[in-house]
Amino acid sequence: MSGPLLQVDDLHVDFATEHGQMHAVRGVSFDIQPGQTVALVGESGSGKSVTALSVLRLLPYPAASHPKGRILFNGVDLLGADGRGIRAVRGNAISMIFQEPMSSLNPLHTVERQVSEALILHRGMRRAAARVRTIELLTEVGIPNPESRLDDFPHQLSGGQRQRVMIAMALANEPQLLIADEPTTALDVTVQAQILELLMSLQKKRGMAILFITHDLQIVRRMAEITHVMTEGKIVESGTTEALFANPQHPYTRKLLAAEPKGDPPSPAADAPVLVSAEKLRVWFPIKRGFLRRIVGHVKAVDDIDITIRRGETLGLVGESGSGKTTLGRALLRLIGSEGRIVYLGKDIEKLSWGAMRPLRKDMQIVFQDPFGSLSPRMSVAEIIAEGLAVHAPQLSPAERDAKVVQALTEVGLDPEARFRYPHEFSGGQRQRVAIARAMVLEPKFVVLDEPTSALDMSVQAQVVDLLRDLQRRHNLTYLFISHDLRVVRALANELMVMRNGKVVEHGPARDIFAAPQSDYTKALMAAAFAVEAAPSPEVAQ
Amino acid sequence: MHGIAAGIRSPFIAFAPADHARPAPRLSPINQRRLKVFNANRRGVWSLWIFLILFILTMFAELIANDRPLVVSYKGELLFPVLVAYPETKFGGFLAETIYRDPFISDEINANGWMIWAPIRYSYNTVDESLTGAVPSKPSWLQTPEERCAFYPAGVADPSCNIGNFHWLGTDDQGRDVLARLIYGFRISVLFGLILTVLSSIVGIGAGALQGYLGGWVDLTAQRLIEIWTSVPSLYLLLIISSIIAPSFWVLLGILLLFSWTALVGIVRAEFLRARNFEYVAAARALGVSNFKIMTGHLLPNAMVATLTFMPFILAGSVTTLTALDFLGFGLPVGSPSLGELLSQGKDNLSAWWLGITGFFTVSIILTLLVFIGEAVRDAFDPRKTFAGRQ
Repeated sequence: MSGPLLQVDDLHVDFATEHGQMHAVRGVSFDIQPGQTVALVGESGSGKSVTALSVLRLLPYPAASHPKGRILFNGVDLLGADGRGIRAVRGNAISMIFQEPMSSLNPLHTVERQVSEALILHRGMRRAAARVRTIELLTEVGIPNPESRLDDFPHQLSGGQRQRVMIAMALANEPQLLIADEPTTALDVTVQAQILELLMSLQKKRGMAILFITHDLQIVRRMAEITHVMTEGKIVESGTTEALFANPQHPYTRKLLAAEPKGDPPSPAADAPVLVSAEKLRVWFPIKRGFLRRIVGHVKAVDDIDITIRRGETLGLVGESGSGKTTLGRALLRLIGSEGRIVYLGKDIEKLSWGAMRPLRKDMQIVFQDPFGSLSPRMSVAEIIAEGLAVHAPQLSPAERDAKVVQALTEVGLDPEARFRYPHEFSGGQRQRVAIARAMVLEPKFVVLDEPTSALDMSVQAQVVDLLRDLQRRHNLTYLFISHDLRVVRALANELMVMRNGKVVEHGPARDIFAAPQSDYTKALMAAAFAVEAAPSPEVAQ
Repeated sequence: MHGIAAGIRSPFIAFAPADHARPAPRLSPINQRRLKVFNANRRGVWSLWIFLILFILTMFAELIANDRPLVVSYKGELLFPVLVAYPETKFGGFLAETIYRDPFISDEINANGWMIWAPIRYSYNTVDESLTGAVPSKPSWLQTPEERCAFYPAGVADPSCNIGNFHWLGTDDQGRDVLARLIYGFRISVLFGLILTVLSSIVGIGAGALQGYLGGWVDLTAQRLIEIWTSVPSLYLLLIISSIIAPSFWVLLGILLLFSWTALVGIVRAEFLRARNFEYVAAARALGVSNFKIMTGHLLPNAMVATLTFMPFILAGSVTTLTALDFLGFGLPVGSPSLGELLSQGKDNLSAWWLGITGFFTVSIILTLLVFIGEAVRDAFDPRKTFAGRQ
């Protein structure tokens, strides 16, 4: 058949809110040819996911509505189709994979049941035939020993395997169009590279078209033939990916392309005093089995790690999820129990009681990953920031405390008037600034930054990185920067520590490791992060 | 459908309405939205108003139904019998306390001044001596004027045979005015329910909070103890205890509290278990905030949503329990105005239909109002409804 497979024509999407109609998508048009990969790029709130969900009419109707526009699939208008018509398309000619593989799979259904559901529903297959086909599909998406995996539940699979099962479900009915809504955002870089590779090879083999929704420009560059850049519900620039990256026209595209975290890490004096150190630090979580809950083994989250952080430096701690980096950070602050010696400014703190630790908490602060979860939704920004002051500086009068809050907010680049508002009124980047202000108001010496940028949009990431570096210079702060994102780490850390399964794989000056990684694992991480390439080595997780 | 929900939530966050430079609001935005959802439930709002009006009116039961006049002017002296117990000697009698309904006293006062009565001239324990027929007697408006006034010497023309001496809902089998007993009974039932609800919430929240926050052995042990405790057949135990100890209002409250505090433990514990792993709790711990402050400041507000949602239902449950015990005769002391006792009289005097019907309608109206209020509160705190306008 000639002509485009999917034709989106002047699509508008409105949402009814208590403040009136909100226009999420305002006049988006694009085509997808058979077998083509088209990317919709934009930051959160740009309307890219809403556009993709409109294709299958998966928005929360009737709150959502389409005042204008058409979506033609093989010449049939999907927006005008009735319930039966749209259901015939969903999961059949057009399939979709979502961002979060854990919540997209039903936790109470086995892998076989989830994959074969679409086969039985749309193809009318019998159970036995569906089972055979399921095994074929699982093999195709690269799940080793698919027969033995059929009876597994989603929680028994790793994140990458869950996403592979999702893809198998999407492929079950040989769709002509696959809509992938941020399919790798929740995955580790190495796994992300494998999944992208899989999608590309499947596309080549089956000749299906892919509509790829992402905020990650590197993925776009690697995957898509045509790229549409979206912001505020409109497509501001379109073109072949190559041309668009080589010669961006629209200021927003340029801003996106320039949003990579940049700058140089600090270079503290080599003889700077040691601020925090730990010897043979160990956090083991017991595994208990049986009726008597006997301890049969341990999860070695942090396994005999030595760590030294000097005043004014930033130690970058990288590793994939489950490598123990967050546990190490929390153990250093004595937020969780650990074994081994922890020294802060020459003083052993591993045996101090909770009460005896309290005065030290002023000096040692932490900023968490999720700016939505780390701020209490029931407290105003002023209350959130002043909470630590009430503990560590109870002598302050309300006016003095307020002055401190204002100062902290100014320092992180927020309007002090914002202190009367509540967290839900802020964007992700602004919330993370509030979280940073909460730590900074105590004037700490040592700050653990636990993935502070990974929940943020790319351009916001760069701003937060700049802010952190600026604060470090002004107050001679010492950072332990925990991240899985090597691009951010490169801009912040002067020392680097690579962790895997609770052990240190590589440790040294960041510049040297980035220039010439020694271990295979570090090499694989770097390839996945900077070139979005899957490592051939068996080093990385599945 | 999980995936769809997860997929569509993220795009909207950036659209969260942010009106700038606003002074600190009196109610937090989320509570404003809850109030709006509550107000949108017309049935709940009406129920709340009706319940509040009834509650406030019955709080002043002494001014509505009383066998003492509100104000008396006797020989130029202004007296307030509703507040002060005057000896009968004051009016020329001999009793320690004046019986104002006595024709001798009322004639004496009317001859030397005047008196203002409450709309209903009976208290909950007033036995109407003027009844001539068999008790329980019919509502006065169903009787002929002759029947009504048979007791009085002047018959229908007697000034004492007036609307103030009406038995609007008849009398019970001891000649006491049913409406007066109803007003006092409503008050005591609702007060009892409220006090029991508040006390059992305090105990339940405290226990649930400690279990959820501390977890581990404390949680495990306490959970097993609660399981054993709740499997005790509480009604039988209540019957046994109240047949040994003569139950006063407070003793009964204490006995019921022994068993009702467990209602909230489960949900509060679950909320604390869930919320203690939130990152903002970890952040507060990293700031050095004490455990008590974390529990009251960060975790309790989370648990309050579930608690407030449950409260109207617990209140309804408490009223029911008290009524049931009174019905069985193991409740409040003999002679107290109580809905359960009214119901049991209705059962014993089936021919006096006004007893049973009154009791039935009163109890069902109280419970219906409370359930409607509870539903509206539950809607208001339902996150799906609270945020429905935003999705």
